[in-house]
Amino acid sequence: MRAVGWEVVIGMEVHVQPTTRTKMFCGCAIAPLNAPPNSHTCPVCLGLPGVLPVINKAAVEACLKTAVALNCEIPRHTKFDRKNYMYPDLPKGYQISQYDLPMSHDGHLEVGERRVRIRRVHLEEDTGKLVHAGDRLHKAWESFVDLNRAGVPLMEIVSEPDIRSAEEARDYAVALRTLLRTVGASEADMEKGQLRAEPNISVRRTGTTELGVKTELKNINSFRNLYRAIDFEVKRQIEALESGHDVVQETRGWSDAEQRTFSQRTKEFAEDYRYFPEPDLPPLELDPAWIEELRRALPELPEARRVRLVSQYALPLHDASLIAAERELADLFEGAVRAGADAKPAANWIIGEVAPGGSVPTINQLADVVKLVTSGSITRDQGREVLAESIRSQRSAGELVAERGFAQVSDESELEAIVREVIATNAKAAADYQAGKKQALGALMADLKKKAPNANPKMANEILQKLLQ
Amino acid sequence: MPLSRDQVRHVALLARLGLEQGDEDFYAEQLSGILRHIDRLQELNTDAIPPTAQVVEVAATLREDVPRPCLTQEEALANAPAAVDGFFRVPSIQEEA
Repeated sequence: MRAVGWEVVIGMEVHVQPTTRTKMFCGCAIAPLNAPPNSHTCPVCLGLPGVLPVINKAAVEACLKTAVALNCEIPRHTKFDRKNYMYPDLPKGYQISQYDLPMSHDGHLEVGERRVRIRRVHLEEDTGKLVHAGDRLHKAWESFVDLNRAGVPLMEIVSEPDIRSAEEARDYAVALRTLLRTVGASEADMEKGQLRAEPNISVRRTGTTELGVKTELKNINSFRNLYRAIDFEVKRQIEALESGHDVVQETRGWSDAEQRTFSQRTKEFAEDYRYFPEPDLPPLELDPAWIEELRRALPELPEARRVRLVSQYALPLHDASLIAAERELADLFEGAVRAGADAKPAANWIIGEVAPGGSVPTINQLADVVKLVTSGSITRDQGREVLAESIRSQRSAGELVAERGFAQVSDESELEAIVREVIATNAKAAADYQAGKKQALGALMADLKKKAPNANPKMANEILQKLLQ
Repeated sequence: MPLSRDQVRHVALLARLGLEQGDEDFYAEQLSGILRHIDRLQELNTDAIPPTAQVVEVAATLREDVPRPCLTQEEALANAPAAVDGFFRVPSIQEEA
């Protein structure tokens, strides 16, 4: 929302699960979502005495690739620290994270027209999962703990407070997901919990520079809810301030069912983490040659692709931005053009039909429909139907067009024969038209559509007018 | 400066330690002694020495991302004071909210 007189200030903390086979500090396999509780643990991630963590190379590599793609500076030396707090989802009593020497810092990500600065990208481990028993959360009388996720690697990507609206926050998260998938650092599926976005939100009077009191939002599980939660929270803060109340610095949860944020006050766990260097892990030396190698091996990044879509296919910048924002769409676009579809119509179909629809056709499905419509073989509406049906039934566009008799008649002599028949059976309307009653053409065209529904309407109209001259 | 009773109570809460009557003063004195010792170390001029978090001169080694066998659910829960349906069972952590 755009509230008059107020500026919205948002910074994002995003936790991303890098694509690895094993956990951050032990060889336990990453558990599938439906795994039985506590079936993927070992003495290391259970926090049993006498064990030592060993860093997963693939997690470090994913983090470095992400850092490079986000234009971050990567130091020679980095280290891990203990973040201490007592909570049953954390069997060791501390989380291994990074405090003052993160894996990388000071980068940026281009989101539409805005450059969002990245403060840091660091590595840590996930916690276990708690299930609360009881009728409602606050009346829970016991909790159940599943440690399958304890020790799963996480990258934390922290932005500066450079985001100015709920739309931009959503676009930032989408851009980040595309980047992570492009470099192969993470699947970044929000619904599977592989990407968790926690916006920090405050508002201030337009023209002032001091930051307002912020709240942090949690439990957001989709891009749509990210937008809604921020939109709600911005309105709530502005209403509070305009009616003379204060915004309280706190963590708030998003309730999907109630479509609102609510206070998650956890007074007892006030932030007092007593960070100190992890004594079980020596500092990590990052070899610049390794980082250079990762940098050279990076595929084309979304921002570069956006620029190329404009120069190579003469797409308008707006189209290129929408298409490059999602790798799947950009691959579909370039594939369809390679398969013979014209660039601009292909872009229009992707932006107008594919992106809002949710289900993505194969390259050939889209290319076939775009070619059939562009060449005038079928109408746009028929094209929409064929595309939807070919996604649903996985059948080729040509097959569906033949089956439904959609194939548009564009053959001139064939059309002329049809038109002559229409004139013959509508002699009065034809005479009226020739006498100057232009609207009589409508009746003739209507009959033509009835007689030959697949006739190319534009060509038939031209032939009709020519024959009646 | 010696620790206050409030600070002792705060540290005890963070560590989930129960304090008996009179414990605050006892631990305030002990903990203050440790802090006094650290203060003495702080007097050394270490400007020319890079900060270090480790006394062992080795760099961390990285592990290849290859799965190793996990414990079974039964083994994982074997020492748990309470377990239900494959979960560890713990007292409610929401009671003070």
